[in-house]
Amino acid sequence: MANIPEDLNYTKDHEWVRVEEKRATVGITDHAQNQLGDVVYVELPKVGDTFEVAEPFGSVESVKAVSEIYMPLGGTVAEVNDSLNDSPEQVNDDPYGDGWMIVIEIENLSQVDSLLNAAEYEDYIKEEGAE
Amino acid sequence: MLREVGCESIEELFEQIPEDLRLTEPVGIGPAIPEPDLIDYFRDLATRNRVDYLSFLGAGAYSHFIPVIIDSLISRSEFFTAYTPYQPELSQGTLQYIFEFQTMICQLTGMEVANASLYDGSSALGEAVLMASRLTRRDKFIIADTVHPQYREVVSTYTKNLGVEIEYAAHTEAGTVDIDSLRIDGQTAAVAVQSPNFFGCVEDLSAIADVAHAAGALLIVSITEPISLGLLKSPGACGADIVVGEGQSFGIPMSYGGPYLGLFATLEKYVRQVPGRLVGEAYDESGRRGFVLTLSTREQHIRREKATSNICTNQGLFALMATVYLATMGRRGIQEVARQNLQKAHYAASEISRLDGFSLRFGAPFFNEFVVRMPRPATVVTRALLDKKIISGVALECYYPDLKDSLLVCVTETAKKEAIDRLVAALAEQSDFE
Amino acid sequence: MKNRIKKATTHTVQNEGLLFEVSRPGRTGYSLSQLDVPEQTEEMIERRLLRDDDLAGMPELSEVDVVRHFTRLSTWNYGVDTGMYPLGSCTMKYNPRLNERIARLDGFAGLHPLTPAPLAQGALEVIRRLEECLTRITGLHAVSLQPAAGAQGEMTGIMMIRQALADRGDPRKKVLIPDSAHGTNPASAIICGYTVHTVRSNAEGGTDLASLREMMTEDVAALMLTNPNTLGKFERNIEEVCRIVHQHGGMVYMDGANMNALVEVARPGDFGVDVMHLNLHKTFSTPHGGGGPGAGPVAARETLEPYLPFPRVVRSKDGSLTLDFDRPKSIGRVRAYFGNFGVLVRALGYILTHGDEGLREATEAAVVNANYIAHNLKDTYDIPYPGRVMHEVIFSDKRQARHGVKNADISKRLIDYGFYPPTMSFPLIVQGAIMVEPTETEGREELDLFIAAMKAINEEAAEDPEILRHAPHTTKVGRLDEVAAARKPVLRWQPEGRQK
Repeated sequence: MANIPEDLNYTKDHEWVRVEEKRATVGITDHAQNQLGDVVYVELPKVGDTFEVAEPFGSVESVKAVSEIYMPLGGTVAEVNDSLNDSPEQVNDDPYGDGWMIVIEIENLSQVDSLLNAAEYEDYIKEEGAE
Repeated sequence: MLREVGCESIEELFEQIPEDLRLTEPVGIGPAIPEPDLIDYFRDLATRNRVDYLSFLGAGAYSHFIPVIIDSLISRSEFFTAYTPYQPELSQGTLQYIFEFQTMICQLTGMEVANASLYDGSSALGEAVLMASRLTRRDKFIIADTVHPQYREVVSTYTKNLGVEIEYAAHTEAGTVDIDSLRIDGQTAAVAVQSPNFFGCVEDLSAIADVAHAAGALLIVSITEPISLGLLKSPGACGADIVVGEGQSFGIPMSYGGPYLGLFATLEKYVRQVPGRLVGEAYDESGRRGFVLTLSTREQHIRREKATSNICTNQGLFALMATVYLATMGRRGIQEVARQNLQKAHYAASEISRLDGFSLRFGAPFFNEFVVRMPRPATVVTRALLDKKIISGVALECYYPDLKDSLLVCVTETAKKEAIDRLVAALAEQSDFE
Repeated sequence: MKNRIKKATTHTVQNEGLLFEVSRPGRTGYSLSQLDVPEQTEEMIERRLLRDDDLAGMPELSEVDVVRHFTRLSTWNYGVDTGMYPLGSCTMKYNPRLNERIARLDGFAGLHPLTPAPLAQGALEVIRRLEECLTRITGLHAVSLQPAAGAQGEMTGIMMIRQALADRGDPRKKVLIPDSAHGTNPASAIICGYTVHTVRSNAEGGTDLASLREMMTEDVAALMLTNPNTLGKFERNIEEVCRIVHQHGGMVYMDGANMNALVEVARPGDFGVDVMHLNLHKTFSTPHGGGGPGAGPVAARETLEPYLPFPRVVRSKDGSLTLDFDRPKSIGRVRAYFGNFGVLVRALGYILTHGDEGLREATEAAVVNANYIAHNLKDTYDIPYPGRVMHEVIFSDKRQARHGVKNADISKRLIDYGFYPPTMSFPLIVQGAIMVEPTETEGREELDLFIAAMKAINEEAAEDPEILRHAPHTTKVGRLDEVAAARKPVLRWQPEGRQK
């Protein structure tokens, strides 16, 4: 069973979000990295780039697949995890820690309300698996 | 077998096809031709291609000596009846020679990454333009008018529906791109030049790289005669960002224009935007080295509409020809063949320019092709020399209407002195024309 | 004492290094004529434009070194001549040596592409005659042989559609592509400036007509269709599909990758297809060459003929063949010169040595062979879209997956049984796909061996899945770590110390 930490929020595109005041750290979930297999490359935006909510901001690649990663919240990219350039395996090994991808300066805090909590996300992946 | 699969008749085998669409008559190819008759048929057609003429044609396809071991080795059916090395364990032969090919293309061009090859030089230039547009997110291109005219036509086809704007840069009286007139601005994605260019002239790539880079644009260098790399400073050493070219000169027959070999090389930082296949080193569980197709997520079979290119095939067997050619000629042979091309072309050029009314059209240094200015229209001269069984070169008027009196002549190591002298003598007869 | 006799594995036959590793300074293997013109000693090109690296790193080898090197490499490969190569959708059929012979005739191989037309009549006749054969086979009006491969053919065809629609006043915006299509289809449509929209397949693997009707609007330029599709099924509703597209002013592009199922049996021109490409390296037996070259001629109906790439080969009044560049509606050139001419010679050789009857027999045998494999393996492997197939059959690993064995494991184990593996994980709509295309050139004995191997592998999957998960066991290298290769790509050899 996938690891779904209680203290984070989630999206249906399998990103996790840690909101701290006006900033949010984003990565992909344990379930997502498991589905994708060994990550070989992560393409990330530049600091200062601005995206709408649900807009793709980068992609994660395994040997034979590419998945886009979507903005859980609209805003401006404040930090980027450059260490993923050299060690993309951190996304597999530690998806909620060293495998983080970007920090967003949140544009509109009210969007946080529409994120899933851990229980809701767990139900969602069960549903998806049943299909 | 038909009955075993549950069919009473061939018609039943094809029952998925609606009956009204099934053919009841042959399509009209005719009866089968037996092997001896087919050889006669094609031999007859082949003799109607006059390869017995003395030819000084170049312009993107070159007559070079082809070491005999190339055909012998590529005819090993493990090479030529295999397909794309999707299963690396059973394709190490193909994968290793492509890795060797990529390495040698990097060494010759002075670049850091080369792909497993594209269709030919012209489509490789088209792909380079598309890649530069992705890299810079700009859509204006400046292409020298001394780039092979057919290559320019292909680029214009590749880009016509993508909102790309192309401006052609003029050449100077010396026959090279007019650097001062390049209108590079913040919208310019890249400057594309050919060296040696269509007139045979060697471009000053470092100077062009400097002005392109100063405006944040890339430099694309196209090479139609890669034998020149045995002698000329590599485009990589001059600051090129993408180098494309035609590999036909590396042991591939001219074969009326194809199949050829598209070369594509660039810098490591741009590897994720490279079109086509790449082969990389890999190891198995016991630590044995092997090679695999890698970074495939760039390609159409995975990324589909978001791929770096629609290309699927490479020119595997022709990359093998080039690899065997470069291995056979080797470091010293490549230098020697380049030297002979330079020497013979300069001998021919100096003999021709000594004739009354003839001169070299351009002053820039050249490799194995040069443009001759003549006392009569080039189309008239070429026609007159055909009567002497000499194809003297390409009359430039069809590509450059201003150059009516100009003939593009190519002299490679395969032209004997006696043949060059025959050309000079035949041209001499055209000099006293009133 | 018996144990002292071991297989020797130290010889280079299995361990041949890279060219650069076997290179020895000062060795040469080339032979050139002596320079026979007076040598010019003054500077011809300024020094700053010349190389200063003395071509360091390029190999230095004798001729024997080179011959041994590449011969050893060749033994690590598997070709159609080695055995059955059932790579689905790639049509790995026998490549007749006769065609190699004719393509190497001096008059073809030595012909410069800018040779004046009157001196290249033989080559122009090859082009004209092959165009004529292909128009007959496709039932379409005209053919261009210029595209270098299937994907370039797709690009050419969609560009022609775009230009024709633009001439009618609106190039439109979208191209529809079934979910079972080859990846080149969407990638080619994008180069032509279109957006791509996916049409679902129905339960029989055909185009879902309801979905098509709903999506086929006035801003759709074309439907790109593969027929037979990548599930090996003929599109039963093809006429209706074409009618729906045409009713809304769109055009139908057919990917001809699977024409080996149709030659002399049915013609796309009769279905309502407007433009299509053929793969000469598949259907018409030209060698695949370890990944190419191919050739991807485009065939079009009469209304699209003016848009074909230039130049066109035409007959002039005196009966000779000449090149027509005056084609104002043409999409332009997609490649320098005339396409992969050497491939065209081989394909024409194939067509003429077969004749109508031989071509039809080949199609029939290809379809019988695929059905024979389907019939004999249907109780062992899951067939997600059951029923009769055309020239290829798609299995899935569903039953073996219960033992933790995936399609990749099955394919790798097939190598140990002496076969090249089928196409894996395509089409994308079949989970764990195994796509088998035997072609007509396999005899019953080889097919039976393949069937027996697949059955044996199925038993191994239940009894000893570990054998499969670590297969192949008989090759020069085992499974290579593709993850590590992609994370830190090494794409060229560099001298010690220069490596990163």
